[in-house]
Amino acid sequence: MTTDVQANPAANPAVDESTPLIEVKDLHVWFELKKWGFSHVGWVRAVDNVNFQLKHGEAIAIVGESGCGKSSLMKTLLLLNRPHKGQVIYEGKDISNLKGKDLKWYRSQVGYVQQDPYGALPPFMPVHRILSEPLVINGVKNKKEREERIRQAMEEVALTPVDDFLNKYPHMLSGGQQQRVVIARAMILEPKLLVADEPVSMLDASVRVEILRLLRKLQEQHNLSVMYITHDLSTVRFFSERIFVMYAGKLVEQTHIEKLLNNPLHPYTVALLTGTSVPDASNAKHLKHVPPGEPPSLVNPPTGCRFHPRCEHFISGKCDVQEPPHLEPLPGHIVNCWLYEDGRTSYPKVASE
Amino acid sequence: MNDNTLLKLEDLVLYFKTSRGEVQAVDHVNLELHKNKAVVILGESGCGKSSMAKAILRLLPRNVGQYHGKVLLEDFDVMSLSDEEFRRQVRWVKMSMVPQAAMNALNPVLRAGEQVAEPAMIHLGMDKEEALDLARQMFENVGVPVDFLTRYPFELSGGMRQRVAIAMALITKPQLIVLDEPTSALDLLTQANIMNVLKTIKWETGTSYILITHDIATSSELADEVAVMYAGQIVEINDAESFFQEPLHPYSQRLMASVPRLYGDEEPDFIPGRPPSLLNPPTGCRFADRCHLRFDKCDEEPPTFIVDGHPVKCWLYEKNHQAVESAATGTGDAS
Ligand SMILES: Nc1ncnc2c1ncn2[C@@H]1O[C@H](COP(=O)(O)OP(=O)(O)OP(=O)(O)O)[C@@H](O)[C@H]1O
Ligand SMILES: Nc1ncnc2c1ncn2[C@@H]1O[C@H](COP(=O)(O)OP(=O)(O)OP(=O)(O)O)[C@@H](O)[C@H]1O
Ligand code: SF4
Ligand SMILES: [Mg+2]
Ligand SMILES: [Mg+2]
Repeated sequence: MTTDVQANPAANPAVDESTPLIEVKDLHVWFELKKWGFSHVGWVRAVDNVNFQLKHGEAIAIVGESGCGKSSLMKTLLLLNRPHKGQVIYEGKDISNLKGKDLKWYRSQVGYVQQDPYGALPPFMPVHRILSEPLVINGVKNKKEREERIRQAMEEVALTPVDDFLNKYPHMLSGGQQQRVVIARAMILEPKLLVADEPVSMLDASVRVEILRLLRKLQEQHNLSVMYITHDLSTVRFFSERIFVMYAGKLVEQTHIEKLLNNPLHPYTVALLTGTSVPDASNAKHLKHVPPGEPPSLVNPPTGCRFHPRCEHFISGKCDVQEPPHLEPLPGHIVNCWLYEDGRTSYPKVASE
Repeated sequence: MNDNTLLKLEDLVLYFKTSRGEVQAVDHVNLELHKNKAVVILGESGCGKSSMAKAILRLLPRNVGQYHGKVLLEDFDVMSLSDEEFRRQVRWVKMSMVPQAAMNALNPVLRAGEQVAEPAMIHLGMDKEEALDLARQMFENVGVPVDFLTRYPFELSGGMRQRVAIAMALITKPQLIVLDEPTSALDLLTQANIMNVLKTIKWETGTSYILITHDIATSSELADEVAVMYAGQIVEINDAESFFQEPLHPYSQRLMASVPRLYGDEEPDFIPGRPPSLLNPPTGCRFADRCHLRFDKCDEEPPTFIVDGHPVKCWLYEKNHQAVESAATGTGDAS
């Protein structure tokens, strides 16, 4: 591979592959709500007490509905938001407060494929310029080296023949091609972590599959760690081993994908699985058994378990009062729900159906 | 046409004029919809789904190049009506529409209840009080709390605004509602809840739907029939049962194979290439250069063959199947 982007001022020489790439501890991302621009009226608790580790080369999917805090969590990993409380640790080093040069270096280590490809690309820049910008900013001064890396990145995301695309502006590209440019840009500094925030939600079914396969190929070839954010459970098996389910700012279930699909524990996870359709004509014959209502406000989230107002197993006097702890009813299967306090290991059947 | 037919499209055409030529967005479409049934229009972005909806409801942009064909509503060709007659007698009254991204198109300065009541005042001649009463009932039907009647759109979530847009289309009790991507920007559970609402309304009121979507899995929640559109043309119409098990057209087959499944070992696959430009579509089968089953014949445009009662526009079905007669070749209607 080509030379290092820059000397690595923040890196810890002692790290090896057994140190997690990223560790998130007690992370809180809150946004202050102000009235008239100054007087404090409250907090949007977008991410509340989140803990996890991401290993080198591992892919984790985060699933949850709109507004549950997925992007806020990711932007904090990218240091686009700062933690309100808690730590983000990169290769053993707390990076929550990085500044200046160190921050620039850290950002070169994480690639970001943001939500909404249409808004992600500057409309007035041709592809060539979009891809050379990060190289210039990160001090790749040699023009020939830049050209080479741009070509290499474009070939990797199959924007070929490269010469056909170099001078095109975003609006001349299809949605799928635009997303390839976004991915090429995210990969061009050879990051160790790729954050993909809903990379396919705006695309057609077939193009979705194309892009997901591309991301999987990149992950495998570069031993990349990936955080894949989605609201579509049926795409998570594509390239992640573990999955986190997020509801109203909290991780409510964390486990391996197959375990989650075959033995979902949290009532919210069960609802998401029930809500996900597979193409089948019999679907039209009955109603879906999904919880009514909508996710709560994160300014005044429900007390106790945040899902309790929508939960069919809600235990009065408990779920609405006390926050459920981290429970591990089965090895490697973590759930935050009072139902599993007594050692039960599967979701209780609902009598009414 | 039998007694059960609500809507029939015959060789419906809608082309747009642009500086680079005519965009053949809706190219000789034939479709039949029965009473109290839902037909789903499936297809990739840009294949002409919304244009077809606009052609049915005569909601046309300024740059129309060609607009003709028949739109038979219970045997009466509404294309023969003047714009004024169409507005008074058909739109909202007999068929209404929830346009794409409707939830972002509500009037920001009008309270949700008034917004829903408006079509009832204009098209059913109700007074305001009566119309608001009816709006309240519609809110209940679509699952919006009635105290939201007095709220403004910005005070409502996306899901709630979408329900309001549906309530608006419902209030005049039309026989047919065209839903253009009614849930695609919404969350999974909101989506499921709205599909539940649409099903319940269909079962209880006997209304019919044209549901436009590119989301194959969700479409099965409502579909009685499926029509697949590719590059401005309908390439297959099938009953939902057969379609979701064994689609007939190669494009439909590839489309189904691209759907990721929650369970099972099947990996979704993509369709290589991209749909052709509608400015100058290929003269042969429009799917040919992406088709895994292409053969010599495909350089010529396939007619629509009737396969066990299902129209399929593909040469693979030439053998043993009758082709439908169509005015598509330009001879027009002789009558
Ligand atoms: N900069 C900010 N200031 C104030 N509130 C914010 C800010 N960024 C996000 N929020 C709020 O934090 C909550 C979580 O938002 P976030 O974008 O993380 O959700 P998400 O899970 O990514 O949703 P989506 O699926 O819609 O992208 C929302 O209520 C949002 O309005
Ligand atoms: N007013 C117009 N003038 C010119 N071209 C148009 C106009 N409206 C739509 N088109 C073109 O007609 C084709 C069909 O567009 P249409 O909006 O019907 O597609 P669609 O199937 O609804 O797509 P989507 O799934 O993205 O909503 C596209 O190529 C589009 O660019
Ligand atoms: S007509 Fe030919 S190219 Fe077109 S879909 Fe059928 S087999 Fe494929
Ligand atoms: Mg987001
Ligand atoms: Mg459309």
